[in-house]
Amino acid sequence: MLPIAALVAASGEDGWSGFWDAVSSPQAVAALKLTLGASLVVAVVNAVLGTITAWVLVRDEFRGKAMMNAVIDLPFALPTIVAGLTLLALYGPRSPIGIDVAYTRAAIVLALMFVTLPFVVRTVQPVLQELDREMEQAAKSLGASEAKTFGRVILPNILPGILSGVALAFAKAVGEFGSLVIITGNLPYKTEVSSVYIFGRIESGDGTAAAAAAVVLLVISFGVLLSIGVIRHVTVRHDRA
Amino acid sequence: MRRLALRLVAIGYLLAILVGPLAIVFWRTFEDGFGSAWEALSDPDTVHAFELTLIITAIAVPVNTVFGIVCGLAIVRRSFPGKGLLNAFIDLPLALSPVVVGLALYLLYGRDGWFGGWLDRHDIQFLFALPSMIVATIFVSLPFVAREVIPTLREIGDEQEQAAHTLGASGWQTFWRITLPSIRWAVVYGVILTTARCLGEYGAVAVVSGRLQGQTETATLRVQEAYESFDVAGAYAISIVLALIAVTVLVLMTVIRPREERA
Repeated sequence: MLPIAALVAASGEDGWSGFWDAVSSPQAVAALKLTLGASLVVAVVNAVLGTITAWVLVRDEFRGKAMMNAVIDLPFALPTIVAGLTLLALYGPRSPIGIDVAYTRAAIVLALMFVTLPFVVRTVQPVLQELDREMEQAAKSLGASEAKTFGRVILPNILPGILSGVALAFAKAVGEFGSLVIITGNLPYKTEVSSVYIFGRIESGDGTAAAAAAVVLLVISFGVLLSIGVIRHVTVRHDRA
Repeated sequence: MRRLALRLVAIGYLLAILVGPLAIVFWRTFEDGFGSAWEALSDPDTVHAFELTLIITAIAVPVNTVFGIVCGLAIVRRSFPGKGLLNAFIDLPLALSPVVVGLALYLLYGRDGWFGGWLDRHDIQFLFALPSMIVATIFVSLPFVAREVIPTLREIGDEQEQAAHTLGASGWQTFWRITLPSIRWAVVYGVILTTARCLGEYGAVAVVSGRLQGQTETATLRVQEAYESFDVAGAYAISIVLALIAVTVLVLMTVIRPREERA
């Protein structure tokens, strides 16, 4: 609590106009835009591929499924700096498959996909497991197509899970630092995200600018936590009705 | 047909993002045999970095375990003013950027910070030294035990605790004999997650440690240092050790999760 208070206090040291100047400096704005854009792309990718992965884990049966289930948690266990390094080994200058995305924006999206992979899978999986299959069978026997069954029966049930997973992934992506340090090269205006920008400001002794940019990230984190709370609240009420 | 297509999409996705890159690092590290990897790991600065990481983890994990259990009990079993706030705040380290956490500590304990003057007068080296790195690590790994314990406490209810209390057990006795045994797998699971997070912490520690080679450099900081000074083999070797720890964590999680669900 106290560190957060100190952070907010430091950001306001030069008054409101000082705070605004720091937040609206071109480099800070470029970094924030890039952060939000990349996080948004990653959130959408996660929503689709995460849901598919959860679906396969719950409804499909094949050898090696238990292994696949365990691998999902790898990004939780692997240090982020190692994640960046491993991605660079496959998609960097010495790539054995000839794909080199080092120091580009694609590298940012790739790193963020790595670190946020488990969130949607792990929020959708338990919901799918508990989903009553009789509803789907009823829909099918009443003549609904597979697409229609998915859209009308399954999707409404797993949507809260997808949304809270996406929100968590988005929050994680916005604040991510470790996996991006090595892989993006931190080129201002090109591949510098907000967390890296803040780190750079600290290193060059500009605590006020760093604090101002950090407060912006702090507000975003709070907003996401709040929206997850709202999603949970609405779902619970929906269940009771 | 559709089922198979979905399965291939999911497997391809995991291979491309998770398994593939890790496999390449393993291959590249041992390309020149075990000797060069071992040589990179026995560098004194690297050994020191691993020692430092272990010290920090050995302090942060017990602190967070006790805090997590106390917090979980407080949130589930008691009602007090500010409980909702505590419940919301406990998740904050999960959503907050580690760099922001580091910066907040830096501003609080730095020379011009609120506690900086006091620390200076008493000649305590906090920033760019072990204490700040421990505090930063505790902060980022705070929620894991509590997050595992809270749902389990809700599920088991308090009937057994009340029965123990009626039969004359003291608060401590009830906790040691009834509560702790029934949440033990949740605690173990939380401790594993906390340990993984502590060993792998990078952003917050990078800010408060000052990254002094051979002094305040942890294993993860050492990876970057080695990579940026073109010692790719060294960076890979340290990464492999950290990755092996991560794989061990995964195996433990897979073994413990079914037990937790049964309990």
